[in-house]
Amino acid sequence: MKRLIAFLFLVTSAPWCMGASENALVDSVYINLSDNASLQRGARLFVNYCLSCHSAAYMRYRRMAKDLDISEELLKENLMFAGDKPGDLMKTTMPAGYAKDWFGVVPPDLTLIARVREPDWIYTYLRSFYLDEGSPSGWNNSLFKNVAMPHVLYGLQGNQRLISKSGEDDGKPVFRLEKPGTLTPQEYDDVIRDLTNFLVYLGEPVKLDRYLIGVFVMMFLGGLLVLSYLLKKEFWKVLH
Amino acid sequence: MIRVLNWLDERFPVRSLWNEHLAEYYAPKNFNFWYYFGSLAILVFVNQVVTGVFLTMHYKPSSEHAFASVEYIMRDVPWGWLIRYLHAVGASAFFVVIYLHMFRALLYGSHRSPRELVWILGCIIYVLLMAESFMGYLLPWGNLSYWGAQVIISLFTAIPWAGEALAEWLRGDFVVSDATLNRFFAFHVALIPLILTGLVVIHILALHVVGSNNPDGIEIKKHKNENGIPKDGIPFHPFYTVKDLFGAVVFLILFLGVVFFMPELFGLFLERANFEPANLLQTPSDIVPLWYFTPFYSILRAVTYPLFGVDAKLWGVICMGLSIGLFFVLPWLDRSPVKSIRYRGWMYKTALTLFVLSFLILGYLGLKHPQDTDLVLFSNLAWAQVFSFVYFGFFVLMPWYTKWDKTKPEPDRVTFK
Repeated sequence: MKRLIAFLFLVTSAPWCMGASENALVDSVYINLSDNASLQRGARLFVNYCLSCHSAAYMRYRRMAKDLDISEELLKENLMFAGDKPGDLMKTTMPAGYAKDWFGVVPPDLTLIARVREPDWIYTYLRSFYLDEGSPSGWNNSLFKNVAMPHVLYGLQGNQRLISKSGEDDGKPVFRLEKPGTLTPQEYDDVIRDLTNFLVYLGEPVKLDRYLIGVFVMMFLGGLLVLSYLLKKEFWKVLH
Repeated sequence: MIRVLNWLDERFPVRSLWNEHLAEYYAPKNFNFWYYFGSLAILVFVNQVVTGVFLTMHYKPSSEHAFASVEYIMRDVPWGWLIRYLHAVGASAFFVVIYLHMFRALLYGSHRSPRELVWILGCIIYVLLMAESFMGYLLPWGNLSYWGAQVIISLFTAIPWAGEALAEWLRGDFVVSDATLNRFFAFHVALIPLILTGLVVIHILALHVVGSNNPDGIEIKKHKNENGIPKDGIPFHPFYTVKDLFGAVVFLILFLGVVFFMPELFGLFLERANFEPANLLQTPSDIVPLWYFTPFYSILRAVTYPLFGVDAKLWGVICMGLSIGLFFVLPWLDRSPVKSIRYRGWMYKTALTLFVLSFLILGYLGLKHPQDTDLVLFSNLAWAQVFSFVYFGFFVLMPWYTKWDKTKPEPDRVTFK
């Protein structure tokens, strides 16, 4: 039921989401919050790669585990830092002072990143890192110019170079894979889709429940609408 | 039950209050669609107060904890997300309802004699509502909250001599800071709601003295029966209580539809930039106020010429103030012998259409960059200047076009089918 409603909502809202994209040069990503397997894979990637430097400091581990059907043992073994408790907020272990020294900026909190940026933007951004010897980290990004973050996922994606900033007919940049990573380009895209999916969940964990409750509220109000209309009609009958 | 009521009645006028304002308050029987928005405004007001009280239980008014406490409400407080969305979407709903309520007055002349005081009280409520929502908007301490407050407060610096000191006094600091957040919180949850509640009561009391207007713009008190009851009047309770109940359900379907399925309303009710915490060092790329302020924001930005030795910024602030202030004198600008649009001529109908159009277009332009071209041919700024003239023309030329306008004869009794 919950999945069906989420699906129906996605289908009906898809045109809006596409139209709302702030940048025509981003690739669109299919977000499905009822795909638990995808969210779990995204969560693992998030904890292993992102959480080393970024926090998700408004979110608790236990809430994530509960929403994504992850058992407490699995959570403790795979998805938490050694000293953390399930009820803790998902905070990075990296001290902010070090981060500032290493990157020049404190990496932003990612809890709400999918509410600040479009999911399409995040999906494209994480696939747009390329080698750039001129930048301090050795990396650059075609969507976020001179970004301070190095390409953390290069082991998965491999090293790519920017061939043309707007090479193809659609104006999107063209990359050449110089050294392949452990994943094929298709597999890497799928992994980033999982991560983006997870970030959308992280931005508003209650979203699916909200839709579901909303449907019941609408059904209740529909009934009330009929009753209140009949009541009004009954009272007003005497007037002429 | 009756004995309890009698006991109460001997000590407090329960029955007479009930009768005077509900069971024996005679409202015209020909109210149409536009007459739902008064009671709906009360409904939204109650929603804001109730959800606001619950938010206050978990919100922390400090620059260090405010943003996190809102996310705490969204995630860790049971049903906190619902309460927060009801409050945030409720703020926008309040303005939708109030704008339609005000438009009703312009349609049927509800602001005209003998209801000038009702109208002025309503205008004061509207201005206080703007203050209330402006201060409430700072509380989540998002980056747009922060910079929005920074920009609006800096408008006071346009005032010669005292401007800088005044802005500093309002902020309690040289920039928007913890001190500002704390005082805005105090005003938002205590002082302004208190005044608003009182004014709403006075607004209704004053209305009940003169009686409600109606879509025909004629006085039902002219024709009374032998008991002194207007022939075209019906007791508010039960007739309008059941009718407004139906209206409330329709409203709730729309309102809760937004709350549950699209609380951000494509960035119009909750903006993307406001999901980032306030940052003094990072100005958002677009600082725009929420949609209900954008018509006035457009007028502010449309003034780009210095005149009579006064710089453009101050003129902008003056024009923005006038664009709201002129509503107060509307009852005296209108010289038409009839009140309702039904019996007015083409001049008022055209003027009102142009006014509504300019309000909407200015509102749209207020969300856009002045230099861009989002409409046809000219830049947004040029169009904002054109429609600012149209906006002010509605008020300034009113004494003439309402006098010259050819009106139709009003009916003796209300139209009711």
